[in-house]
Amino acid sequence: MVSIVYAAPTSIQDAVELLADNAMPANVLAGGTDLLIQTRAQAGSAESRLFVDVKKIKGMSSANMTPQGLELGPSISCAEFTARDDIRALYPGLVEAAGLIGSTQIQGRASLGGNLCNSSPAADTIPALIVNSAQCVIVGTQGERRVTVEDFVTGVGSNCMHQGELLKLIFVPTPVARTSDAYLRFIPRSEMDIAVVGAGVSVTLDASGSCQAARVSIGAVAPRALLVPEAAAALIGTSLDAAALTAAASAASAAAKPISDKRGTAEYRQHVVGVLVKRATLIAADRVKP
Amino acid sequence: MSKTHVTTSINASLHEFLCEPGDTLLDVLRNELQLTGTKEGCGTGDCGACSVTLNGRLVCACLVLAVEVEGMEVGTIEGIGQSDSLDVIQEKFLEHAALQCGICTPGLIVSTKALLDENPDPTEAEARYYLAGNLCRCTGYDKIIRAVMDAAATLGGAKEGV
Repeated sequence: MVSIVYAAPTSIQDAVELLADNAMPANVLAGGTDLLIQTRAQAGSAESRLFVDVKKIKGMSSANMTPQGLELGPSISCAEFTARDDIRALYPGLVEAAGLIGSTQIQGRASLGGNLCNSSPAADTIPALIVNSAQCVIVGTQGERRVTVEDFVTGVGSNCMHQGELLKLIFVPTPVARTSDAYLRFIPRSEMDIAVVGAGVSVTLDASGSCQAARVSIGAVAPRALLVPEAAAALIGTSLDAAALTAAASAASAAAKPISDKRGTAEYRQHVVGVLVKRATLIAADRVKP
Repeated sequence: MSKTHVTTSINASLHEFLCEPGDTLLDVLRNELQLTGTKEGCGTGDCGACSVTLNGRLVCACLVLAVEVEGMEVGTIEGIGQSDSLDVIQEKFLEHAALQCGICTPGLIVSTKALLDENPDPTEAEARYYLAGNLCRCTGYDKIIRAVMDAAATLGGAKEGV
């Protein structure tokens, strides 16, 4: 049985010092919905482990809208996040991605920062953060650094954070006028499942409905969520007509490098990711306020 | 290793307990505080049998460390209804025979109360999605949903009568 030592620091500096201390392996405890289960899975281990509960640190569980963008405390629960109408108005796709994670009970604890740091290839919020050009503010004993979400995750369950570092903030810039987003995932059930394929799209339209800017990100079809500039390029400059959507879908399918597993075959995922990119594009475009 | 002292409010009354840092809230409720209405099903956050509220939010007690609830408000099945009278939700579960073995029932009633506190007039689809994290292997859910919808209608009706 892993022996747990618990600490609940009230400042970022104390948290970083605890995480940087080499005395025993340390984990950040936010919602705990992944961490507790992963720790129990190591039942045979006799090691001691430090859980640094970051929820008592001011700002870690709050969400502030500023003129520049959304300052998101990484340990905010999905339930609290999805209940915020001001956030939904600007980033409806990001809110719907957060609302897809687990059950009501899981939503009560699971956090956006946890979804990011757990770094699953199928994490629902990651493509939605990527299309919104979100950045991670990471703090360590050497100071702060910023990393884009598309560069944060490095592989299955791994990311760019080093021991002693803490994800302090997720910053989501304010979208330019006439921009909106959408996130879709495919699961074979109607609720409580992990994405077989996920797709996030953000589009900016001009007054005539022509696409001025786009970002497309796909999930569960590679070791990490991918930004697909080729799919965005197929949309930009078009009226999002059938030919443009088909070209974007083909670009997404071409960028996907899926595996076959119990939830779907590689061929199936490669096809469905294109379908979801098309549909998410239309939903995002429909949400653009005139 | 020394135990940690935790002070918390459970069903609006103050409780103190000692726990190991690795103990879950579920362990403490059942084994230290004898509040055994909260059930252990899967222990991994999948089944919802251990549903409780934490500062008003529905959570699985098996995925909360007991040390984390210091200063927080916990709500369990023991806080719903009185010893001599049932809550409307409990009455409707009985009336519609929305249970068989009963292991999922406390969790479902805690979740239904959280649903109706948040959304007093849910559609059937909203109720089904909200309760998707509460698994029942006996009833097939139909009677549960009938009980939930009847409870919502009854509580809504009571409000109109005030």
